[in-house]
Amino acid sequence: MKNISIKLTSDTLSLQECYAFVEDPACGGIDVFVGTVRNHTAKKTVNQLDFSAYGPMALKEMEKIARQALETYEVHKIAIHHAEGILKTGDIPVIIAVSAAHRAAAFEACKFAIDSLKETVPIWKKEYFEDGEVWVNAHP
Amino acid sequence: MQVQVLLFGIVADLIGKETLNFAIENNDTVKNLKTALRTKYPQLKNYSTYAVAVNEHYAQDDFVLKDRDVVAIIPPVSGG
Repeated sequence: MKNISIKLTSDTLSLQECYAFVEDPACGGIDVFVGTVRNHTAKKTVNQLDFSAYGPMALKEMEKIARQALETYEVHKIAIHHAEGILKTGDIPVIIAVSAAHRAAAFEACKFAIDSLKETVPIWKKEYFEDGEVWVNAHP
Repeated sequence: MQVQVLLFGIVADLIGKETLNFAIENNDTVKNLKTALRTKYPQLKNYSTYAVAVNEHYAQDDFVLKDRDVVAIIPPVSGG
């Protein structure tokens, strides 16, 4: 779909690539969410995260979210890129970029996309501490 | 009849495998498969908070399985 860019990759995500994809002369604004790896959970120091995915289904679910965002909000283009593998503090696991004629729709669609991704896309992260490791959210 | 079961995250760790082949009967549902998994892998006894996808789409408990379906066990996701 020409208004949607979906990516799941073990390469470093590119903010520039997402921005360039959604850029559009008919748009008055671009909203970008960049997820970054935090150095702590509760009071424990996180050394690294390992992201794994059910790849083919994750791509389908990400595309579903993107389509829904385009249908629900007055937005032009959307990019949803997610990383796989080991990431360190400050690295970027997810980028969502949305362009729209007016800013309100861009903000709303971007929030919808990241909130939905965290609920439905089959991607898991394992946190590694000094003294062990844990699957995030595994025991809700 | 047989389905392939894909395991992820904590469930893969609990069972110690990433894929299983599982025999099913005619008209078996996702719920039947969940019960059978729990019987075969008692380590899942206290772990029921997972979703299931069949052929890459989320499926409810009453979904009827077919021969060679690919069933994914999806523990709570934590992407982003």
